[in-house]
Amino acid sequence: MDFELSEEQRLLKESIDGLLGNAYDFEQRKKYIKEKGGWSRGIWSRLAEQGLLGLPFADTEGGFGGGAVETLIVMEALGRALVLEPYLPTVVIGGGFLRQGGSTEQKAVHIPSIIHGRSTFAFAQLEKHSRYDLNDVATSAKRNADGWIIDGEKFVVVNGANADVLIVTVRTKGAQRDQTGLGVFLVPSTADGISKKSYPTQDGLHAADVTFKGVEVGDEAVIGDPEDALPLIERVVDDARTALCAEAVGLMDESLKTTVEYMKTRKQFGVPIGSFQSLQHRAADMFVALEQARSMSMFATMAASFDDNTERAMAVAAAKVQIGRSGKFIGQQSIQLHGGIGMTMEAKIGHYFKRLTMIENTFGNSGYHLRRISEGGALI
Amino acid sequence: MDLAFTKEEQGFREEVRKFLRSNVWPELRRKMVEGRHVSKEDMVAWWRILNEQGWAVSHWPKKYGGTGWSPVQHYIFREEIQMYPAPTPLAFGVGMVGPVIYTFGSEAQKRYYLPRIANVDDWWCQGFSEPGAGSDLASLKMKAERKGNKWIISGQKTWTTLAQYADMIFCLCRTDPTAKKQSGISFILVDMRSKGITVRPIQTIDGGHEVNEVFFDDVEAPVENLVGEENKGWEYAKFLLGNERTGIARVGVSKERIRRIRKLASKIGSSGRPLIEDPALREKLAACEVELKALELTQLRVVANEGRHGKGVPDPASSMLKIKGSEIQQTTTELLMELIGPFAAPYDEHPESSCETIDFAAQIAPSYFNNRKVSIYGGSDEIQRNIITRAVLGL
Repeated sequence: MDFELSEEQRLLKESIDGLLGNAYDFEQRKKYIKEKGGWSRGIWSRLAEQGLLGLPFADTEGGFGGGAVETLIVMEALGRALVLEPYLPTVVIGGGFLRQGGSTEQKAVHIPSIIHGRSTFAFAQLEKHSRYDLNDVATSAKRNADGWIIDGEKFVVVNGANADVLIVTVRTKGAQRDQTGLGVFLVPSTADGISKKSYPTQDGLHAADVTFKGVEVGDEAVIGDPEDALPLIERVVDDARTALCAEAVGLMDESLKTTVEYMKTRKQFGVPIGSFQSLQHRAADMFVALEQARSMSMFATMAASFDDNTERAMAVAAAKVQIGRSGKFIGQQSIQLHGGIGMTMEAKIGHYFKRLTMIENTFGNSGYHLRRISEGGALI
Repeated sequence: MDLAFTKEEQGFREEVRKFLRSNVWPELRRKMVEGRHVSKEDMVAWWRILNEQGWAVSHWPKKYGGTGWSPVQHYIFREEIQMYPAPTPLAFGVGMVGPVIYTFGSEAQKRYYLPRIANVDDWWCQGFSEPGAGSDLASLKMKAERKGNKWIISGQKTWTTLAQYADMIFCLCRTDPTAKKQSGISFILVDMRSKGITVRPIQTIDGGHEVNEVFFDDVEAPVENLVGEENKGWEYAKFLLGNERTGIARVGVSKERIRRIRKLASKIGSSGRPLIEDPALREKLAACEVELKALELTQLRVVANEGRHGKGVPDPASSMLKIKGSEIQQTTTELLMELIGPFAAPYDEHPESSCETIDFAAQIAPSYFNNRKVSIYGGSDEIQRNIITRAVLGL
């Protein structure tokens, strides 16, 4: 039992906090959001220079051999600064599929280009009907003489319009909701037959609806077993959920700090509003919600190394529930305690609330995960 | 960062479990599970077994009989006792007055009282709250005047838990009526058999008799029963209340109750099927489990951080444990109430026996009523929020 960061982890935290402290305040962020695609290539290069894009990859692949704790440190920092750049889809999800299921050739082609910031990824998973079920896939990949032909539609693909590579979940066999018969494909975003409709999202990111019409790829596009990829998908999505939990803790931490700061400076009735007990107690409850969330983010991070898949899944689900609930409370109350100013686009607090809200609705909301836990047996 | 228990810690847990299995007699365990009245004799007998094992005052310094365990071991020990379940050591002696005596008391006090606390030769109770001094404890009025080699004490204490069993009481008394609120308070030990002490029971809404009023009418106590310095009692009280908050989350108790909920829910039927198959109930239970899991880890984080705030200075984060711990304890008793439904109604005036209409419903309603106390005692939830406001948020 040890909650401390190692010396190396502490340095990592200092390094990313330092970078974002200098280059990513709320005003600078407003500039990045106006760049092409809605995020900054400059920042992306700096993340690459500091080795952060290579963090989870093995030394032998040119990475730094970081584990789940290292990802937690980075994601928390990205959350605190409300970072727009596609770290999650590229490093956590794209990198995750390559690390957990990629062939030697796939790794050799794609990992260096992630590490050096040359390409970004997007995860094309959601379908109109699938909601949060990872096995519910209608997009098909059918074998032909040279490889595969992909047809179907994917929605709200974050970073979808900018990405160089799409990771697509497809059905290669069986009925739409079967647990087996799923595959994961690496598809160049410029492939013939792909069309995208791009739009901004509520939290300032960009996503696209992507249509695949007779898109042809070779066998080199297949990650892992083309007919039994659900375990791999679940594994990587659990890692993504865990990363989102850490990002959310960063967001909540910063929201509470910002709100408490505001309570100290904003005066009404001739005194700082932080001197009113009803508001103090609300802030105290936000602190409790934050620490419960932080504990569960750590729990999910630890679960990444569980051998038992069900145990891992339950731990991550529980974390997602806690993060959803804490995030909603802290997000909403941050706005309330800011009063009218919290309602404006100009103030940063509302943007934290919006990102927290979108995290709750990504890869299963708290209701969805609560149901999984209640059906899956005991947590205690 | 490694949140798994080490092999040694797991081995220690096994050792504690084995000890509980071979030393807690089944009848005592049953009473604990069902929330029935446990007699003074039963509790003392059990605590003396703990003392023989050397575990009665586990967290005290080694030279006073402590074990020298790590914070995590203390956590495991407490959790295992709560989960078994067996009575945890008497807080008023082991958790409260003991540490005050070995930290601030005289050599003579340490020599005399500490071994007696460990063996429960004296049953201690706490004389802090007064009718006019609840959350605003420092406004207490009970007066102690020094006359020759005696203190003469007059006033009233209230909410005195198990005073009916007590041999000794530790009191906060006003010794300097001219000083400002927090100054002028002294920490004095009083024999409960002294002339002028009257104990009047208070019946709580569950029908039980845990708490009392204690009246002091010119009660005499020897001057050497003052702990530490005169008029410094508030400092010792703060130290004591800080100790009280560690472990107040009672994670083990809630874990045990969740197991009981699950067991009962498979036994009790509704609309022709066991309640455990009701998705709405399962989701409520799951939500409670998530909160409890989070609390357990939060508690471990506070435990791991112990000592970092300076010796004897409580981590303000422990206020959070009190708030969440109370909420979850109350939720678990609510869930039990929901389970037994109409069989919550029968009221048993003699809870030692077992004459309920439906045996499994035993003591569930009283326990639900009784557990409203946990967000009030030991510094109410609102006081804990004040502490967080000041000490953590700096507002």
